[in-house]
Amino acid sequence: MIKPLYDVIVIGAGPGGLAAAIAAKQNGAADVLMIDRDLELGGILLQCIHNGFGVEIFKQDLPGPGYAQRFIDQALGLNIEYLLDTMVLDVIPPAAPDEHHRIYAMSKRTGLIEVQARAVVLAMGCRERTRAQIRLPGSRPAGVYTAGTAQRWVNVEGYMPGKEFVILGSGDIGMIMARRLTLEGAHVNRVLEIMPYLTGLTRNYVQCLLDYDIPLHLRHTIKRIIGRKRVEAVETVLVDERWNPVPGSEEVVPCDTLLLSVGLIPENELSRKAGVKVDPVTGGPVVDDGFQTSVPGIFAAGNVVHVYDLVDWVTEAGLQAGKWAARYALGLSTAAGRVPLKAGENVRYVVPHVINPAALANESIRLQFRITQPIEQPVMIEVRDGEKVIARKGEPYARPGEMVNVTLAPKHYDDVQKASALTVSVVKR
Amino acid sequence: MEEMSKLICITCPKGCTLEVTRDGETIIKVEKNGCKRGPDYAQAELTDPRRMVATTVRARGGIHPLLPVATAAPFPKPRIHELMDALRQVEVQAPVKAGTVVLANALGEGIDILASRDI
Repeated sequence: MIKPLYDVIVIGAGPGGLAAAIAAKQNGAADVLMIDRDLELGGILLQCIHNGFGVEIFKQDLPGPGYAQRFIDQALGLNIEYLLDTMVLDVIPPAAPDEHHRIYAMSKRTGLIEVQARAVVLAMGCRERTRAQIRLPGSRPAGVYTAGTAQRWVNVEGYMPGKEFVILGSGDIGMIMARRLTLEGAHVNRVLEIMPYLTGLTRNYVQCLLDYDIPLHLRHTIKRIIGRKRVEAVETVLVDERWNPVPGSEEVVPCDTLLLSVGLIPENELSRKAGVKVDPVTGGPVVDDGFQTSVPGIFAAGNVVHVYDLVDWVTEAGLQAGKWAARYALGLSTAAGRVPLKAGENVRYVVPHVINPAALANESIRLQFRITQPIEQPVMIEVRDGEKVIARKGEPYARPGEMVNVTLAPKHYDDVQKASALTVSVVKR
Repeated sequence: MEEMSKLICITCPKGCTLEVTRDGETIIKVEKNGCKRGPDYAQAELTDPRRMVATTVRARGGIHPLLPVATAAPFPKPRIHELMDALRQVEVQAPVKAGTVVLANALGEGIDILASRDI
């Protein structure tokens, strides 16, 4: 039976949402509810049947559904409530101090319902960029799908979307699908990447493409999709530094299916409607070190904030958001962040966007960010207050496809207290 | 004769580019590894390459027609396609718990194939 009021309501029951709900419960929130639009808990992990999950958190190499299962079992063991096959339509923050967040949701079973929460965790994850969003020219036949759609068909529903594939984009899902389709008997002609470097993880290049002799064409994109009812071929082209097609480099590659693995976008329609401030660079909410958004009592965790490359870090963010949501719901913490974090040299963005220096008295804060271009030589990651370096860390290299992090520890408390803003930079050593 | 080759370690997501110097089958030294797992990976990759294999088998009576499964340990790379053929013959009846052996000692390699989730 659904209660009228919960301490914490988590929207989305993928890895971020499951972790947030578990942490909320473990940190004293008595009534915790997860709402998900899918038919089962676990989110997109359920279709990511490949291994490689949990290496950081469990020191074990688990398949996606196995990783999800651990958190599903834990959530059920904690008696966390959940609503499935239910779509959240609106999150409305309280208009007065004695009110709560109101959540409107729909399902076939319940119709329209309203539930209230003292704190909300947004954990809607992200969506794939589609053909329309990258403006691929040519006809519009069947056979053009996102890699994740193909993944769902092949791994969950049992359909093969084609026989002869071209994959656009060297993101992880694209490379993983290249291997998966090959194992299921299809032929993957090539993977095209418009950038001069791989956008996914290097290990996936080795075990998904090199292992199966699937060529990767860097600096290449699709000029035109050919075919009337069904894809018959794609015309590929080399691009220059400014992404302009190089005349004469065109090649017509016969295929019946084109998969797109061209980026993920945090899903924030609900956040925007709730009045949450969204960072135009990440596409996700502006958050503090407890993953609280610009709206007090609304937290956000996982790929809804910025797109991670490891689920382990999504879980970690979820745990943090859930803990702080519980503290907020119990009236233990309302402190908003004060010191903004700025993206310095070679850095595209930093999460969290703002930190509360008082938090450093007891615990460390992990800063996560992506860089703007590959630096294939030893680098130094620096957190500075003006010219003064507060924290630093060396790395052998830095690549845009791999999230970089640096930790502020309690020993940095005094320095951070004094700062009006901190800048994160990556400089060559 | 000693020769140096580059090898990308896939043990963890970091993906170090190892520089392996060897004389025929014998590895003389491994450099540029971020941790001690690098030399082990280089040794295995050059003599007995293995990979984790994840796929699906048919499932009856579950929420989906497929059950995701994976090898319990890395499987010899040259026999992966053979393993796929063997798993196409496997069918399970729901309910199945995560971790259940759906194919024991696959291809006689001493590696079990386990259900990745409950169904």
